[in-house]
This record gives sequence, structure tokens and C-alpha cells, in this order.
Amino acid sequence: MDLYGEIILDHFQHPHHHGRLDHATLSGRDSNPLCGDQIQLDIMANAEGTITDVGFAGQGCAISQASASMLTDELIGKSLFEAAQMSNEDIFQLLGVPISPARVKCALLGLATLKKTITLDKLRMS
Amino acid sequence: MLQFVTMLDVSAIKKEFPIFERRVNGNPLVYLDSASTTQKPKVVLDALVEYYSTMNANIHRGVHTLSEEATAAYEGVRAKVARFVGAREPAEIIFTRNATEALNLVAYTWGEKNIRAGDEIAVSELEHHSNLVTWQELCRRKGAVLRVIPLTSDADEGESSRRAATNNVDSGAQDGAVLGDGNLDVSRLDEFITPKCKLVAVTQMSNVLGTVTPVEEIIASAHKVGAVVVVDGAQGVPHLGADVQKMDCDFFAFSAHKMFGPTGVGVLYGKREHLEKMPPFLFGGEMVKEVDQMKAEWNDLPWKFEAGTPNIADVIAFGKALDFVDGLGFERIRAHDQELVTYARQKLSDFDGVTVYGPAVSGGIVSFTVAGVHPHDVASILNEAGVAVRAGHHCAQPLMQRLHVPATTRMSFSVYNDFADVDSACEALKNVYKIFKF
Repeated sequence: MDLYGEIILDHFQHPHHHGRLDHATLSGRDSNPLCGDQIQLDIMANAEGTITDVGFAGQGCAISQASASMLTDELIGKSLFEAAQMSNEDIFQLLGVPISPARVKCALLGLATLKKTITLDKLRMS
Repeated sequence: MLQFVTMLDVSAIKKEFPIFERRVNGNPLVYLDSASTTQKPKVVLDALVEYYSTMNANIHRGVHTLSEEATAAYEGVRAKVARFVGAREPAEIIFTRNATEALNLVAYTWGEKNIRAGDEIAVSELEHHSNLVTWQELCRRKGAVLRVIPLTSDADEGESSRRAATNNVDSGAQDGAVLGDGNLDVSRLDEFITPKCKLVAVTQMSNVLGTVTPVEEIIASAHKVGAVVVVDGAQGVPHLGADVQKMDCDFFAFSAHKMFGPTGVGVLYGKREHLEKMPPFLFGGEMVKEVDQMKAEWNDLPWKFEAGTPNIADVIAFGKALDFVDGLGFERIRAHDQELVTYARQKLSDFDGVTVYGPAVSGGIVSFTVAGVHPHDVASILNEAGVAVRAGHHCAQPLMQRLHVPATTRMSFSVYNDFADVDSACEALKNVYKIFKF
């Protein structure tokens, strides 16, 4: 079936940027109460606000973990501001397969975590 | 092909359910999610259309023919429900929206009146959120203490617990407890149902594990200390039936939609002695006898608890669902459930990395996990083959924590399921292994 294509499964079984960062600039966490999926995201940014490293940890279904892994690839090199502007549509494009309504929350958990990680309050403090 | 010994003619039963004519993702529907809600036989669907086509009217307030007919049909179902659960009289049967509302009715009326600071309320570790959060909140409002009757801890079952822990989606907290056989530890009832206990709320059957609880033993323990008992029969009634007088529970709650009836109808049985002393739950029309500008007098039982126009059509259609169940008989339903559970557990044991949770003797439910694959992924892949199963925490998060899993995949059976349905699910389960390349 389309949902579990090579790329998604590869990201699930070999996630990119997996693991926590020791000296993260920003950290955030979110979960999907429906299925218990969890993501923790650490972001390292330089003085100009450019993301230099990302780490994520979590547990959950293939869709939530693979989309988080794909998202981390996108973040490095972006400014914190650009990263915070990423949209649902960006995530669906990364996944590249139709996501049924029941699985949308799984697919967007990484992005939701990112949005909780990069908030205006946190940016002012950093 | 195995033959059923229970004499339920599943292929004939299946024909009574129009939904089995449809296909899902190009495959015939295999519906293994009856613990969420059962499918509806044609007699129930026809009753809805018939009611709206021939006798639609508000009840209890018209003298015209339609209203009289609708009232008689609605109250006729109340009498039928009373017989079905073994109540003393129809006045002990209150219609609600669902079992959750029935449980909340008890919390907001009996509970508000009788629970005081320092009192204890006991639930079991198997409860659905509806029979847990309701009492957590009552405890919070009143300063009462919630006690939890645990599952047995059985070292013999450590193997399945360890296997579950190796699953990479199962890195949840480990408190060192091991799951026993999925049954409640009745040897410790006295520890949790103490003289301070005023209310015990327990499920008749777990919606996650299928565990049939020893309600009569629990009720006897509760009554010994003077506590009132609420039984959540939402999951149990469709598989076990109920005899509230034999059980001697004080309240019994269930939902029509889990036993072939429409959604939007729940039932609360309560002993008259309790119901009479309880204040109303919701206020408005129907639940009053006489109203003047400044105050009102409450209606008689059961209408005191049925404010506003009730769900007339769905209650009437629920009557047909009760007839349908009566025609099958609980002895045969129970045996049929067990045959499917035994068969499914045996088939699942052929899969590496599958852990099955709960007792081998259960009310038509098999909960399992596949090592390394999240239950949502399992359910998505099964759905591709037209197999409907539930994946998630089943509204029982504390029980999931106890099992050390974030979620399980659940097959739940009903009278329209047969061995071929289990075979289809297991064929589809092979796709999980293919896709995840084990």
C-alpha cells in the first residue's frame, strides 16, 4: 500500500537526527493522546538564528516517526523564523503519499512539536 | 474448516446485517470492532424508518393517536429492557444518551448527595475512562479518595511482559510490576473496599482484555461495608446478559449501540430505593409534575430522570435489537465468543513477536501487539484488506500503562463473525510483516 512506501519505512526504521542534543538552544515536546505517539525535539541555532543541528526522540507509529525524521532534514540551514513558518502542506509534500483523515494527526505530530519548540517567547529569551 | 459447536448460524445471521454487502478497499468487509459498536440488523434499521413513517409524534403529552402509539411503543421498550436485565419494574429503567451519561447521572445525583470528604470510592484497574474519570471528578469535588482494585500480579506471565518490553514502540515507564492473567485480584478486595468505602464502580467486562469480572463477589464485599455498587455493563451485556437482581447491584449502566441497537440510547437501571431518594439530574419538561412560577414538583420514576424529549425513535428501534439478542440466547453467544477467542489466540501464536494480552477465557476480545510495529500501523494495514480492527488505548489509558504499552490492536467479535473473519485478519497481518520486512 502507498502509505508504507520505501521512503517512509526507511525513515521509520533508520530515523535521521535521532537522539537528544546535549546543549540545545530550544527544546519542545508534544504527544498525540489518541495513540500515545510522542516526539521530543531539540534545536541548536547559531547567533544569527540559523539552525545548525537538530535531534529528535520519540515513540509511535511509522507515520509520526518518519514524518518527524523527514522534517529534521528540512530544518538544518533554515532560520528559526523560517522553520516556524512551515505548514501542514509542507509535511504532506515531504511524505508524498495521501494521508487518510485518521492518520493526519500522526503525520503532523513532528510539525506540532516544532511549533511548540519555536515560540515567540522562546525566541525572545534565546 | 472448523465447525462451530455452538449452533449459531453465522452465515444466516450475517445476512440480516445490510452492511456486510459493502466492500472496503475492494475487499468484503471483515468487521472485528464490535466492542466499539456493533453493526445493526435490518430489523433495527426498519424500525427507525417505520417509526418516522407511521407514528412520529412526541410522547407522554398528546391525546392524539400518533402520540398514544409512540408513547406505547417507547414505554413498551422500557418494559422490555426491565425484563431483559431482570429489574423488578419498568420504573427502575431510565433512558439516557449512552452508558457514559448513565454513569454521570449516578455521580451527579446519588454521588453529589451521598459522598463526603474522606469517603472512599473504589474502581478497578480495568475501567474504561467513562467509569473512571467520572469518579475521579466526584472524588475531586468532594475531597473523597479513589481506591483501585488491581489486577493479579503473576510471575508466570513475566515472559509476555518482557517480550512486550523489547518492542521498540514500548519504551514506556516500567514500574517492575508484571501483568498477571488479566483478572482482578479478588483475594485483595478487603484492602480496597474498606469500611470508608461508599461506592464501588466496576466493569462487568473489560473492553481491552475481555476479562469477565467477578461482579457478584465484588458486590457482596461492597454491601458488607454498606457501599453502593455501580456496574458498567456497556461491554458485558452484549456478551453475557445481566440479571440485576441476582447480581444485586444498585445501579447498572449500558449502551444500546454495543448490542445491535442505534447510537444515542443508554440505559441506567437503579434500585427504586435509591432512585426515589436521588435528586433529578437534568431539569426541564417531562421531568416535572406540577410547576408554578417559583418552584416545581418532580415527576414520578422513571420520568424524573428523563428531562426533555427523549430519543424516541432510537429507543423504539432498540426494542428490536433486544428481540434479536433474545432470539440468539446468551449461552450460545458466550460459547460462540469463546470459540472465536480461542481460535484467534491460537492463530496469533503462529506469528513471531505477537504478544496477546488478557485471559484466555474472555468475552469476545483479543488484544495484541506486534513487536516493532505501532498498533495504528497494524490497523492501517489490516484496513487495506477490508479488516476493521481498533488500535489505540481503547479509552483505558491507566490499563495501557499497567500493560507497559502505549496502545494495542484489538479484535472484538460478535455473533456475525466466524473463523473466516479471523483467517482474513491473520492473512492481512502477514502484510504487516511483509511491509515492515521482518
